[in-house]
Amino acid sequence: MIGTGHYLFLSLALFLIGVIGVVTRRNVIIILMSIELILNAVNINLVAFARLAGSVEGQVFAIFIITDAAAEAAVGLGIIIAFFRNRETVLADEMDLLKW
Amino acid sequence: MTQMLQTSLADLKPFLLPLIFAVAIVAVLPLIAGYMTLLERKVMAHMQVRLGPMRVGPHGLLQPIADAVKLLLKEDIVPENADRLVFWLAPVLSMTAAMLAMAALAFGPGFQIADLNIGLLFVVGIGSMGIFGIVLGGWASNSHYSLLGALRSAAQLVSYETAAGMAIVGALLLAGTLSTQGIVKIQDAYGVWLIIAAPVGFFIYLIASIAETNRAPFDLPEAESELVAGYMTEYSGFRWALYFLAEYTNMVVVASIATTLFLGGWLRPFAETHAFDFLDWLPPVLMLSLAGYSLYRAPKQPVLIQKLVMVAVAGMFVALAVVLAGPLVATHFLGIGAAGSLIASWKGALHGGFWFLLKVFLYIYLFLWLRFTFPRYRFDQLMRLGWQFLIPISIVNVMAIGLGLALHRQWGWPRGLSLILMNLITVAIAAALARTGESKEKGEAIVGEFWGSGRDA
Amino acid sequence: MLDRIVFDFFAGIAIVSAILVVTRRNAVHSAIFLITALLATAGIFLQLHAEFLFIVQIILYVGGIMVLFIFVIMLVNLDVALHQLQFRRQWWLGLLLALALGAEATAAISIGRSGLPDSSTAPPASVLDPNTELVGRVLFTGYLLPLEIASVLLLVAMVGAVVMAKRRT
Repeated sequence: MIGTGHYLFLSLALFLIGVIGVVTRRNVIIILMSIELILNAVNINLVAFARLAGSVEGQVFAIFIITDAAAEAAVGLGIIIAFFRNRETVLADEMDLLKW
Repeated sequence: MTQMLQTSLADLKPFLLPLIFAVAIVAVLPLIAGYMTLLERKVMAHMQVRLGPMRVGPHGLLQPIADAVKLLLKEDIVPENADRLVFWLAPVLSMTAAMLAMAALAFGPGFQIADLNIGLLFVVGIGSMGIFGIVLGGWASNSHYSLLGALRSAAQLVSYETAAGMAIVGALLLAGTLSTQGIVKIQDAYGVWLIIAAPVGFFIYLIASIAETNRAPFDLPEAESELVAGYMTEYSGFRWALYFLAEYTNMVVVASIATTLFLGGWLRPFAETHAFDFLDWLPPVLMLSLAGYSLYRAPKQPVLIQKLVMVAVAGMFVALAVVLAGPLVATHFLGIGAAGSLIASWKGALHGGFWFLLKVFLYIYLFLWLRFTFPRYRFDQLMRLGWQFLIPISIVNVMAIGLGLALHRQWGWPRGLSLILMNLITVAIAAALARTGESKEKGEAIVGEFWGSGRDA
Repeated sequence: MLDRIVFDFFAGIAIVSAILVVTRRNAVHSAIFLITALLATAGIFLQLHAEFLFIVQIILYVGGIMVLFIFVIMLVNLDVALHQLQFRRQWWLGLLLALALGAEATAAISIGRSGLPDSSTAPPASVLDPNTELVGRVLFTGYLLPLEIASVLLLVAMVGAVVMAKRRT
């Protein structure tokens, strides 16, 4: 009924929407959220192949990706807060000076 | 066409029984949460040497229904610049998370909606989604009190969730499985409840669960004298009722987790010892004594309709006693119903449900008791307790229980001895940690941070 | 049949929520739609017989990372940002490139699809049961080194986030 191809197409669709979000939006927090979408798309891909191969290792790798995403989101949001304190902006276009 | 209908009906059949259970739970839970509010008011009153609600219905028994009707009829106020979608969504999210968490809980052998492989983790995880209801509600209200209360409450919930999770992990090491049915069966096989094998874990979970449900003494985010009502300030009428019901349903969920994991779930005390089989008669005897008390109070009610309602309540308890005693009478006196037959499974489900609800009720009574006994924690004291005491102790607990199990399984020590030793070590470390925490607080409280804690008072 | 309905339901919610994430003006609305997208993804995991991953997704992603996002959005929420341009000026270029990538990947999947074993020759789903025990076993035996590295990574991330967000007094 539902073959692996269906999951691959779903994963591709989420990946593309995430890429469009990263490349198109100005608000840096929404860019980070689009990155989370990309990571989720990859997870769906991994788990679909894990199901196909009958092995749990794909799911284990997906767990590591979720862990990584948590660490990256934490540090990224910390950087955004630190930057916001100085420059009062969350738009990526306005974060254009290294030192002032 | 009929082929497709038949195959889809056959597909749906395993969903029928869980669906009935789910509808029963969704219908009954708000009623239980409502009567829990009445219980709380009565317990608070009796602890403060007064009577509590007595007017609506005999002994105030219809008070929750009156409250529900009032809340439904109240005007629905939405603040001016509030975000309407999120304002609507937040209480719905809280209530949904709390109710959904009931799906994996086992009330009796085979008596649950879904026996998941990840049962207990499902309950904890879905319960943690209630945080969104609080944070989004506080933000959507477009008010300072609400936002501050919401952020404080969410910070508190996230901190104590870690401690609660670690305490659960400590007991799960002994249980060996996450499935709620499996955990109770393991306690049946061991012969002791896990509270005896991991008491430190139970106490950590008790404290963390009080903080998780925003109950006193950890209820700063919703205390009236502090932040008006915290994240619930701008909510009125039925939306507030949803938040309130979500809080009480969360209490039931948290009590159910503690009962399943630490207090033996649906097992009778001393389930495996046949010398204590007389305890099987406790459920019907308890129901009959409640019926007797209702009949005793019936003539003393001031109004005729209240007398009749009291007699009806007594009749309900008698009916419950008969239903509970039925399988026992059939097994002992009539000789029908050997183990494994329909009557035995009926007894298992009914009595199991009764013992489970009794333990949940005792745990919740402990919550109510603590609310009216202790003063409130200040927010920084609360965070310090969570991060600097409970989380280190819960991590030490996990390591100690793991070490105890390794001593038993790999080096052949007797299991009781190794676990008692490890628990004593954990308690010693907890005492040392508490003493250092206390001296640090004393140093700060007397001289204040400006002068540093090295100065004498 | 039931499989199909469940997959369509979760996939539909995931895609619609994802589109709403990248198009909303208000960051809190984006965060709410990201939560629904993550929940739908968790549903997909459940359908693929990955129960432990389903609950880990809900606890970590939805209950941890998204709470962090919402906290930060509330801390940096600017009314000014709501009234400015939301998309970059070269948004059409990004869209074009993404669609090109999509066309390429669709071609790759469609061609390679016939080479995948179908449900009759693939291993049955019961190989993945009991899921938690299997994942635990593989994680703590075969993948022990990545597990330890991941814990060091989390420690570094914690320290880094605290240092970055601390106020320089």
